[in-house]
Amino acid sequence: MKRILSPLLIGLLATGLIACSKQGPDTQAASEPAASSALSIGLAISTQNNPFFVALRDGADAEAKAQGVKLITVDAQDDSAKQISNIEDLIQKKVQVILINPADSDAVAGVVKEALKAGIKVVSLDRSVNGAEVSAHIASDNVAGGKMAAEFLLEKIGGKGNLVELEGIPGSSAARERGQGFHSVIDGKADVKLAAKQAADFDRAKGLTVMENILQGNKDVKGVFAHNDEMALGALKAIEAAGLKNVIVVGFDATPDAVNSVKAGQMSATVQQKPELIGKMGVDTAIKLGKGEAVDKFIPVPLDLVKQ
Amino acid sequence: MNVQQKATLQKLGPFLALLVLAAGLAITSPDFLTVGNLLNVFRQVSINALIAFGMTLVILLGGIDLSVGSILALSSVLTALMLSHGIDPVVATSVGILAGAGMGMINGLVISKGKVAPFIATLGTMTILRGLSLVFSEGRPITGLNSDFFAMLGGGYVAGFIPVPVIMMLVMFVVFWFVLKRTVFGRHVYAVGGNEEAASLSGIKTDRIKIWVYTLSGAMAATAGMILTSRLNSAQPTAGTGYELDAIAAVVLGGTSLTGGRGWIFGTLVGALLIGILNNGLNLLGVSSFYQQVIKGVVILLAVLLDRANKK
Repeated sequence: MKRILSPLLIGLLATGLIACSKQGPDTQAASEPAASSALSIGLAISTQNNPFFVALRDGADAEAKAQGVKLITVDAQDDSAKQISNIEDLIQKKVQVILINPADSDAVAGVVKEALKAGIKVVSLDRSVNGAEVSAHIASDNVAGGKMAAEFLLEKIGGKGNLVELEGIPGSSAARERGQGFHSVIDGKADVKLAAKQAADFDRAKGLTVMENILQGNKDVKGVFAHNDEMALGALKAIEAAGLKNVIVVGFDATPDAVNSVKAGQMSATVQQKPELIGKMGVDTAIKLGKGEAVDKFIPVPLDLVKQ
Repeated sequence: MNVQQKATLQKLGPFLALLVLAAGLAITSPDFLTVGNLLNVFRQVSINALIAFGMTLVILLGGIDLSVGSILALSSVLTALMLSHGIDPVVATSVGILAGAGMGMINGLVISKGKVAPFIATLGTMTILRGLSLVFSEGRPITGLNSDFFAMLGGGYVAGFIPVPVIMMLVMFVVFWFVLKRTVFGRHVYAVGGNEEAASLSGIKTDRIKIWVYTLSGAMAATAGMILTSRLNSAQPTAGTGYELDAIAAVVLGGTSLTGGRGWIFGTLVGALLIGILNNGLNLLGVSSFYQQVIKGVVILLAVLLDRANKK
């Protein structure tokens, strides 16, 4: 009898473990007020091993709780294959809206089409989906971030002087949009001159060498806008090595290194994304879609400036 | 109860566990026991099952193959490169699977002729092949595969509703079952795994058996890679990371002994289904992925512990 007993035990233990896990079906049913007409939303997140995406999830969770809708989060652990399985499971679960934060923008197209075929609305968060039409894309407003950085720089240099722009990987959407916002502010200002604009590919080492080269020809630089913090930190090293003082360096992303640098008074500012807000707006958009309301194709999420 | 009956019951153990788990999920989640979801689970399981079939033979030999995830990645990167350069999809897919078999053969040669422990040998090739897939793909996913034939491998349906990967899994299950049960080669695998020296003394060419088994394991990993690449419509250089552990877990859950010589392919199919259904069920119930890992580990440990207790 022992031989039949043991597999039964495994099975029972497994189901027991499922039943006692804290996010079981009962708690979900309880946190679901009647008013929301039981909208259920799936959140397919790329990874929860990265603080950015954990914050995104927390934002979505909090908003779902506040609005009284059911949110089921599945985590791909940065594995596109796992993400596809996760989304298939959400389709089986018959959620009405899926919020997807793709692990890989191309690889999810097939399963997104499957979801759409099953009548499920799909919204992409932070990263877009290539090859399938989603209802909306919610991501940071990089153009606004570029503007924010430019306005801060202008204020700090008193509205006149030479500026340097370090570009990200040419053609990448982040580089294009951040640059566009930056130029929309500084272009046409008579007292402001863009002394140099060069690509350093979002890379710290390249940021250093490119800035060194720029400083060879232009000692009189008042401010630097780098499309990300890595390049900004590289540029900062070049500026220190050249013995220049009071150069305003503004980065983008608010990485821990950059935030520390701002606190220490080295970098002047960095533009910070708001992942919680992306999550919150994702849930809000899902609720609108669930009610059959129209939503914008692109929903930009405002940014923040981290400064001393 | 005679010995024969006891053995049969013990073999059916994992199957009973599977039924209990399925029954439990059917009660707790209304979405579980639907035709759509079951086909969905089978399709998700197919990739792990194909790798695990090959792994079953390796483990029957008393060996281990850690390189299957890397073989999967490198063969899919190679196939995707060929496809993106306009090579005929049937040719590209065949070459991809043969390349996987070749990588497996290298494992077999290093282990048998080089007398390197399987763990170390496949740890080495795992690292080399992962590196090469990053080299060939330049670290980026390879997209633009545009091929109807290739898209069908992972996303197609037979008779309008049975996914192609499920058919492939069932066909390979029958093939492996037949090979292990009904062929001389199959008997030799059990013999070498049970007692290599005795097998060698009785005239079995143990090196040749080993090389073939690792070659098969490589071919199965590459086949799984084709399905995965087709489903993702892109080859990812980091694909298949950790798949060796899922495959080993499926084999062990199915009752195949890690010391070799004892086990069967039906158990592996059941083991793969157990893992797949556990993943699917926990997703349906909305359990966080962190808890999912804990639960999966506990189930694997329990299965092995209970198997040990049974053998005493």
